[in-house]
Amino acid sequence: MEFLQPTTWTEALEMKAAHPEALPIAGGTDVMVEINFDRQRPAAVIDLTKVAELEEWGTENGMLRVGAGVTYSRIIEELGGRLPGLAMASRTVGSPQIRNRGTVGGNLGSASPAGDAHPPLLSSGALVELASASGSRRVPVREFFVGPKRNAMRNDELIAAFLVEPTRGPEQFSKVGTRNAMVIAVCSFAIALDVERKRVGTGIGSAGPTPLAAIDAEEFMAGVLDESGLWERPADVDPNAVARFGELVAAAARPIDDVRGTAAYRRHALAVLARRTFTWAWDERRRSA
Amino acid sequence: MGMGRTPPVGLMRITCTVNGKQVSADDVWAGESLLYVLRERLGLFGSKNACEQGECGSCSVYLDGKLVCACLVLGGQAEGREIVTVEGIGSDGALHAVQEAFVEAGAVQCGFCTPGLIVAAHDLLNRIPEPSTVQIREALAGNICRCTGYAKIIDAVHLAARGLAQSR
Repeated sequence: MEFLQPTTWTEALEMKAAHPEALPIAGGTDVMVEINFDRQRPAAVIDLTKVAELEEWGTENGMLRVGAGVTYSRIIEELGGRLPGLAMASRTVGSPQIRNRGTVGGNLGSASPAGDAHPPLLSSGALVELASASGSRRVPVREFFVGPKRNAMRNDELIAAFLVEPTRGPEQFSKVGTRNAMVIAVCSFAIALDVERKRVGTGIGSAGPTPLAAIDAEEFMAGVLDESGLWERPADVDPNAVARFGELVAAAARPIDDVRGTAAYRRHALAVLARRTFTWAWDERRRSA
Repeated sequence: MGMGRTPPVGLMRITCTVNGKQVSADDVWAGESLLYVLRERLGLFGSKNACEQGECGSCSVYLDGKLVCACLVLGGQAEGREIVTVEGIGSDGALHAVQEAFVEAGAVQCGFCTPGLIVAAHDLLNRIPEPSTVQIREALAGNICRCTGYAKIIDAVHLAARGLAQSR
C-alpha cells in the first residue's frame, strides 16, 4: 500500500489523476474500519487531512460552500444556525470522537444508504462539487447516489465541497436506532420547508439502495399548504393530509429486510417520522409567523 | 508533485509529538493505525486496542487537541501532529484529578475501558467544567464499559469536576 499525502488541493488532484485507484481518506471513520478489518486493501491511500482548503467554508452567491473536510463537530458548532437540519443529523453521528473526525465529504464518498448527512442534503437540495485535474463540476445530490455505496464520481475525481442554501424555513431530522449514540440508522428522515418558494424538501435514509427523496410526498404537501393558503397564514394542517404525507414518504422508500430491521418496519417507522418531523417543522413555522 | 510525501515503498517514518516529546517511529506500514504506532512502535500501552472500529472508545487520545479514536487515524496522518495519550494526562505518583476521582468513586472494575474514559472525561471537563449528568452521558457515549453499568463512572466525573473547581 502506498501512502500519498498532498499538502495542497492542486497537488491532491494531480496525485488522484496519477493514482486513480487511490482510496481517499479524511477522518478515517469509514476507511480505517475497512483497512483494520482487511475488507479493503487499496493499492494506495491519499490522505486529505493536510489539505487546508478542504477545511474551509464560506458563502458564494448566497449559497454556503462547505469544504469536504469540515467535520461534523464543526458543522454543529459553526453552521448549526444556517444549516439546522444538517446540524441535527450531525448530532446523531457516532460519538464525540467520531464527530471530531468524520466529515460530510467522507459520508458522500462512502455513499452508504445509511449515511446520516444524506437526508438533510437531499431535503435542502444540496450540490456536490467534484474536482479533477481537468476541472470541476457540481452534481445535484439527488443525482449523486447511484447505488448501494456507489456515487456519480469518476475515479480521477475528489469531493471538494458541498453547496447548499442557508436555511429557508424550518428543518427537522429524525432517526430510528437502538441507542441515542453510536448507531447506524434503521431508517431516518429529513424535512426542509422553503417558505418563500413554497416547497417541501424530503430525504429518506437507510430505507433503499441509496438515500432517496420522496418526491410525490413533497409535491403533495406543498400543494396542500398552497391550496389552503397556509404558507402565508400558517394554521392547523388537516391531520388526514399529514397522514397522507407519511404514507407517501413510506411509499417512496425501497427498503429491504436486514439485521437492523425489516422492510415492513422501516416503512411503518418512516410514515411516523415523516408525520412527526412535518408537525415539528410546521409548529415552528406557526410560532415564527 | 510538490511538497507532499510519496515514499516509493509502503514503509515510512513518522515523526510527531507525543505527550510533549518529539518522537519518531520507523517502518510504519501505510495502512497502520495510530493506535498500532502508539502501542507497538512507541511502547505506550495505555491506549487500549479492542474494537478497531471506533465503537468502544478504549483508544481515545487527543490529536491536535481533539478527542479521537486512535484506531481510526492512519499512522501517516499523525505526521507533524500533536498527540496526548492517557500517559500524558497524569504521571507516576501524581494522578490527575480525573484519575483520582475514578479511584475514589470506584469507577474502575476490570480497568480495560478506564484509559479511554479518563481521556474522554478529561476532554469533557476541559470544555464543560461543571457538566450535568446528561452532558456526561452524551460526552461518554462513545466509550463502552462492560463492567460498571456506568453509574460509578458518572459519579467519578461529577467528583472530578468538583475537585477541579476547588483547585482553581
